[in-house]
Amino acid sequence: MWGRRKNRTRSPFVPILLGDCAAPRYLWRVTEQPRLAEQNAAVRLPEPFLKWFAQRGWSPRAHQMELLATAQAGQSVLLIAPTGAGKTLAGFLPSLTELAGRPGRRPGQARRGIHTLYISPLKALAVDIERNLGKPVEEIGLSLTIETRTGDTPAHKRQRQKLAPPDILLTTPEQLALLIAAPDARRFFEDLRYVVLDELHSLVTSKRGHLLSLGLARLRSLVPGLQTIGLSATVAEPDELRRWLVSQNPPGGMAELIVVTGGAKPEISILDSEEHVPWAGHSARYATPEIYSEIKRHKTTLLFVNTRSQAELLFQELWRVNEDTLPIALHHGSLDVAQRRRVEKAMGENALRAIVATSTLDLGIDWGDVDLVVHVGAPKGASRLAQRIGRANHRMDEPSKAILIPANRFEVLECRAALDANYLGAQDTPPLVNGGLDVLAQHVLGCACGAPFHADDLFEEVRTAAPYASLDRLTFDRVVDFVATGGYALKNYERYARIRLNKDGLWRVSNPRIAQQYRLNVGTIIEVPALNVRYIKAGSKGSASRGGRVLGKIEEAFLETLTHGDTFMFAGKVLRFGGIRDNECFVSNAPGSDAKVPYYGGGKFPLSTYLAEQVRIMLDDPQRWKKLPEQVADWLRFQADKSVLPKRDDLLIETFPRGNRYYLVAYPFEGRLAHQTLGMLLTRRLDRAGARPLGFVATDYALAIWSLADMGRMLRAKKPSLAALLDQDMLGDDLEAWLADSWLLKRTFRNCALISGLIEKRHPGQEKSGRQVTVSTDLIYDVLRSHEPDHILLQATRADAATGLLDVSRLAEMLSRIQGRIVHKHLEQISPLAVPIMLEIGKMPVHGEADDTLLMDAATLVEEAMGTK
Amino acid sequence: MTFALAMTALLADADPIGIAGERAICDRRGVLYFPELRLLAVSDLHLEKGSSLARRGTLIPPYDTGATLLRLQAVIADYQPAIVISLGDSFHDGGGAARMHASFRERLEALMAGRDWFWVAGNHDPDAPAALPGETVRELAIGSLVFRHQPSAVRVEGEVSGHLHPCARIVQQGRSVRRRCFAGDGGRMVMPAFGAYTGSLNVLDRAYAGLFRRETLMAYMLGTERIFAISHAMLRPG
Repeated sequence: MWGRRKNRTRSPFVPILLGDCAAPRYLWRVTEQPRLAEQNAAVRLPEPFLKWFAQRGWSPRAHQMELLATAQAGQSVLLIAPTGAGKTLAGFLPSLTELAGRPGRRPGQARRGIHTLYISPLKALAVDIERNLGKPVEEIGLSLTIETRTGDTPAHKRQRQKLAPPDILLTTPEQLALLIAAPDARRFFEDLRYVVLDELHSLVTSKRGHLLSLGLARLRSLVPGLQTIGLSATVAEPDELRRWLVSQNPPGGMAELIVVTGGAKPEISILDSEEHVPWAGHSARYATPEIYSEIKRHKTTLLFVNTRSQAELLFQELWRVNEDTLPIALHHGSLDVAQRRRVEKAMGENALRAIVATSTLDLGIDWGDVDLVVHVGAPKGASRLAQRIGRANHRMDEPSKAILIPANRFEVLECRAALDANYLGAQDTPPLVNGGLDVLAQHVLGCACGAPFHADDLFEEVRTAAPYASLDRLTFDRVVDFVATGGYALKNYERYARIRLNKDGLWRVSNPRIAQQYRLNVGTIIEVPALNVRYIKAGSKGSASRGGRVLGKIEEAFLETLTHGDTFMFAGKVLRFGGIRDNECFVSNAPGSDAKVPYYGGGKFPLSTYLAEQVRIMLDDPQRWKKLPEQVADWLRFQADKSVLPKRDDLLIETFPRGNRYYLVAYPFEGRLAHQTLGMLLTRRLDRAGARPLGFVATDYALAIWSLADMGRMLRAKKPSLAALLDQDMLGDDLEAWLADSWLLKRTFRNCALISGLIEKRHPGQEKSGRQVTVSTDLIYDVLRSHEPDHILLQATRADAATGLLDVSRLAEMLSRIQGRIVHKHLEQISPLAVPIMLEIGKMPVHGEADDTLLMDAATLVEEAMGTK
Repeated sequence: MTFALAMTALLADADPIGIAGERAICDRRGVLYFPELRLLAVSDLHLEKGSSLARRGTLIPPYDTGATLLRLQAVIADYQPAIVISLGDSFHDGGGAARMHASFRERLEALMAGRDWFWVAGNHDPDAPAALPGETVRELAIGSLVFRHQPSAVRVEGEVSGHLHPCARIVQQGRSVRRRCFAGDGGRMVMPAFGAYTGSLNVLDRAYAGLFRRETLMAYMLGTERIFAISHAMLRPG
């Protein structure tokens, strides 16, 4: 009964919506909805399962049975459900029931291979599932093996898993890439029935998702009857995920869809502070006492912030007012692993009253009893807010409680918009992009490491993966050529080829050493160059001191701006910078607690398109201001009075003089990345028009440019006109010219070079430091750009930059939207709306000034001091 | 522009510095020129580094030799030196000269024609480059100057060397700028690496310990338009 089905007719797609159940407990009973009962008539749980449910007074939830029925009908399926809906058990139910019905292995019979592969983005999640799944499996009395395989799994265990595979293997995308690059991949996977993909929504948007989709395509070739089960939080475009789960040959194929809506609605409020809400900044320091009193009123509070520096600051501020010495902890990805685990453990034991954290993914899994989520700073996206809030009350049937703390006035608007969006169930997860060519290059080499391949076959296989469905043959062949010899027009490296085309038409790895190197460098996660932060050993002095405790890792780029003796916040402490030696940063505790925290990343995520639009709509609708705190509504009324508020699809541009400079402030609300790109392009154009721009600053909401010439007068005289200044053609030559020298492109190139295998992340026996890699990829970039600008890797780099760091696509949409809708307001002085961004000037690094200017300043100081000039 | 005019412009641009009494120009492109001697010094070309790495499976673009030669061609065209000294590590490995593409070899030979050309032996290329003209020497003394690849451990006046690939870093307005540089204290000079794929090492690194008189150490950082002379006190490690 539970064996493989030969007959796999595709049932017509019926999305199954379980409705907005006010009391989700109904989901525990199967018979509530007749339609479902009818559909599920054919599905019956094996006896031990029914008994297990009955013993606990439970019954399977409707979507769990639905998923089982779909899987048993031979279909792949996507389950979209909120946290706490029993997603994981649902995902494993087809495997468990099938394994339960499988006759035991008789002595002498060959060992069976992996039955189910579970893939999650987090190692910790895999480990957690092993624990959580093991319990019911044992209680039901199933005889099956469940094991994890991650980067932490010892070599001997991995070796043993190859010989005696478990029935269910819990692993990560990187491990899958390694498994399919092994020569025994075909045998290892021959009995595979299901692949369960957890947290699919977070996997698919990244290059890890691209690599995973290629791995799945490979598995589908190895095991044609393979079924996938995707588990996801709510997403904007479920169909994209449904396509992602199945072969795109024929094109457009989709997995079945099961959606569980509802759960209790969260109770979300925005802090209506007694204090003055600041104009600018990200600290939300003003609200500390109010946050503290909320912590005191709740059992356990989870505090989310957007960046590590915000986390550090909030943690400091809370302890400053923590008169009751409540156990408040800090958790972010830069901290030392041991410290993170301690915090997670305390959290699981309910020993903490509050925890300050950066991202849901940074955290382990065991959440304890969180009864309040505080979100400090704007959430930047409605989906992100929903997911973070979902972390409180892991049970679906109780409402989560959340408070939003805007850090400045624009964030008040953004929080309000996010809050309205959450109630509307609006979603703004980013659209999926085409698969990266650098990732494809890695995969091609991986395939060759596994077994010789024919280019025609691999091309067809790759195109079954949704992110690569539109890949053309020419590009594919260039990628294969790149893997072989670098793909350079100057055919210099034929004799050093990594893979070679043999007479039989198959590509083979030219040397076993290549496969060894590949295995060390698999994956798409590129770490930002970071250094250990280590205490100078107490009592020791001078440069010879070492050996203190490691506090965690911190980005090199930040440390480079520090000078000996500077103080900064890290790991919840104020530290004094003592210098860098041997790739470690040495620090000591700084007595007193005044840290000079220089700019250290504003918002990590740009404002989502959806939220940006909501903010513009709100600005345009004074009726909605009533929901805003009085001081913020007043601010908008002032703006209407002194200048003008933009209509929802307009772009407002203000110009005004201040000091001996002239300012132009634009309010596109398109997010920091797009604004930064716009700022670069506009300053170029203004420079050509003779405005002599000096620099610009971009925030999520606005862009300010300052200059020596009167830009307001120039625009009024239509020299140049605003329409010409903001014409879409700026995305042509200007963008190309600027990009050529941009550090953004160099950074992106570095990632592509590492992922594609041009440069190794790791070489047998040696670790390259981030610094060494950075230097060399920058040099390679310069050389490649001037000698072969159309090289496939530069093509991949430009594609990445357009969607990533530059957000060109979003800028393009904006430029087309505002055609004929640009409103110019020339003012005698700064407007209320301009205050926040004007305050950012001086706090943020100013773009548009060449590094040489800084050298000039330094050299001038010398000349003055030396009296040479 | 005629050669004489170009020369005047170049000389006017740069403030010559003194090395053991000899007048020298630190060119922003990373070469050192001694006008009185009509001598051009360049260090650490690391030609064929690309193919050297490719042999070990890292297929980085094979254009570094071409790029380096192109830049060398430009400075030689500007200064028209009578003597050229390549201060060691001219090739990334001993087989580099033999591997060099024929077109690059021709370009290099054209540059060498009509000049006294010295290959100073480096640690990467201790032997004479295969089938190339020019004279290979361990070190070279001209006037009060001595040219060698590795700076000597004891302090010597008038030494010009390479090997260390110096760079310097400053922090201004919360931003960090790192550039290749000439490092000199008036007595000796360590030249920046010229090759397209050469990395660099901060002059404050331990590898430079004892080489310079700290109080007169200057880093001549390579800017896009000119050289910037930065004193020791402003330099940052890392």
